[in-house]
Amino acid sequence: MKLLVAVKRVIDFNVKPRVKMDGSGVDLANVKMSMNPFDEIAVEEAIRLKEKGVATEIVAVSIGPAKAQETLRTALAMGADRAILVQTDEEVEPLAVAKILAKIAEEEQPGLVILGKQAIDDDNNATGQMLAALLGWPQGTFASKIEVSDSATVTREVDGGLETVKLKLPAVVTTDLRLNEPRYASLPNIMKAKSKPLATKSPGDYGVDVARRLETLKVVEPAKRQAGIKVGSVDELVERLHGLGIAK
Amino acid sequence: MSVLILVEHDGSHIKDATLPTVTAASQLGEVHVLVVGNNADGVAQAAAKIAGVAKVHVANSPALEHQLAEAVAPVVARLMEGHDAFVAPATTTGKNIAPRVAALLDVMQVTDILSVEGPDTFTRPIYAGNAIATVKSKDAKKVITVRTTAFEKAAADGGSAAVEQVDAGGDPGSSSFVGLEASKSERPELTSAKVIVSGGRAFGSSEQFHALLDPLADKLGAGVGASRAAVDAGYAPNDYQVGQTGKIVAPEVYIAIGISGAIQHLAGMKDSKTIIAINKDEEAPIFQVADIGLVGDLFKIVPELTEKL
Repeated sequence: MKLLVAVKRVIDFNVKPRVKMDGSGVDLANVKMSMNPFDEIAVEEAIRLKEKGVATEIVAVSIGPAKAQETLRTALAMGADRAILVQTDEEVEPLAVAKILAKIAEEEQPGLVILGKQAIDDDNNATGQMLAALLGWPQGTFASKIEVSDSATVTREVDGGLETVKLKLPAVVTTDLRLNEPRYASLPNIMKAKSKPLATKSPGDYGVDVARRLETLKVVEPAKRQAGIKVGSVDELVERLHGLGIAK
Repeated sequence: MSVLILVEHDGSHIKDATLPTVTAASQLGEVHVLVVGNNADGVAQAAAKIAGVAKVHVANSPALEHQLAEAVAPVVARLMEGHDAFVAPATTTGKNIAPRVAALLDVMQVTDILSVEGPDTFTRPIYAGNAIATVKSKDAKKVITVRTTAFEKAAADGGSAAVEQVDAGGDPGSSSFVGLEASKSERPELTSAKVIVSGGRAFGSSEQFHALLDPLADKLGAGVGASRAAVDAGYAPNDYQVGQTGKIVAPEVYIAIGISGAIQHLAGMKDSKTIIAINKDEEAPIFQVADIGLVGDLFKIVPELTEKL
């Protein structure tokens, strides 16, 4: 079975984003960029499925600027077999990303597409579900466990606990935090990744219009909370809680 | 404009997340709601009573019992022929279904809105709430998910909408429900709790997490939450997690204990009315957002607090 994983180059999760003074967006100049953490989990899961003998080939895809090559090289160094970069300098929305991925899925015929549940920049949590809809495939979102045989059994992190669903293949799965702990690529694997195949395409190659449907009018910092007071003892805290009317 | 809301329910009761969603939708136009399920007529009757709801559509079929996205999305998409916007709460159910509906309609979803600025303009958090974007949708129809803590709850009583059965579609057959391992708890649900006590990695073990926090929560009638670090370490189950990638909460009082205050945790609780922090590190970022802070050892403070309340 072939696996398709989608990865996005985003601001590193340890970096605090700064809003630009002119309100046009978040300043990404000279900021460390990395693979979206949920996508790292997706790549790791694909590699584990290959190690278990369930999958035979892992194709990593990224849609983004030329520098997203680095993100794909990371996926290759972790263990993906080949990569496709759909290169564009536009900020591509989840709907257009899903359309491109649907075309790639039609070409590649994977048994499973694994994606992060959301990107930590636009926080949409939409691409996987949209891709599943466009392909008419079932979806297992927010996965904390995936078992693949002739179907996929996916345990999902939902508001009320853990839900398990069974999906016919091919299917789309999106990863939650506790699915696995991604590995670090070893130096020899980083060197090896440099010679793994990486094809460069454009959205036009897939006939997808990436024009934005949502226009960003402005971006501002959220209202700040003011730090309050410190109390010196539990007794004082109890008194405050009484004052708030929450303790009898 | 007519707006269609997906009602969040468990088969017998409407979940609270539906009510702020009604408030958000009513700022766009006439509110219709959709109840999907198997034998969901009771829920539909309850939905008809929500203040501000003009019409209830109910789709009943065995395939809809567990509200799997594969079966629900086509039902919504068909009903959207007669509506201008689809609105769902940004719960795990809403987040699972709404983007699937959006793609079927060829619409880019507006995710997790904080406010309605106009018929096509909304604010929403990006970068884990470190920035707030104002976005304008150019799509003819809108698909929107709502951050439920950002809107007041509509009254659950007072309405008297008509209930209409609609086409429940077939069973797509591509997915099936296996089981739900529901968190059993007598405590209030995090997203509707008035008081939340929340613990971090500083508790050191699952045993200590529960031994210290549960009695305090019982005293306060509070829900129990956890930081991502505590959940990752296995001290608490996943649905305890408060944060950008977990639950977004806004209780009257949020008591963060042994939680340093990572950006992603703050994103999930900083709209709480009063934040109380207990932490041994007085430099912990949580104190920058806390209204009341107490520096000290949680292993001493929490039992003493529980006893004195």
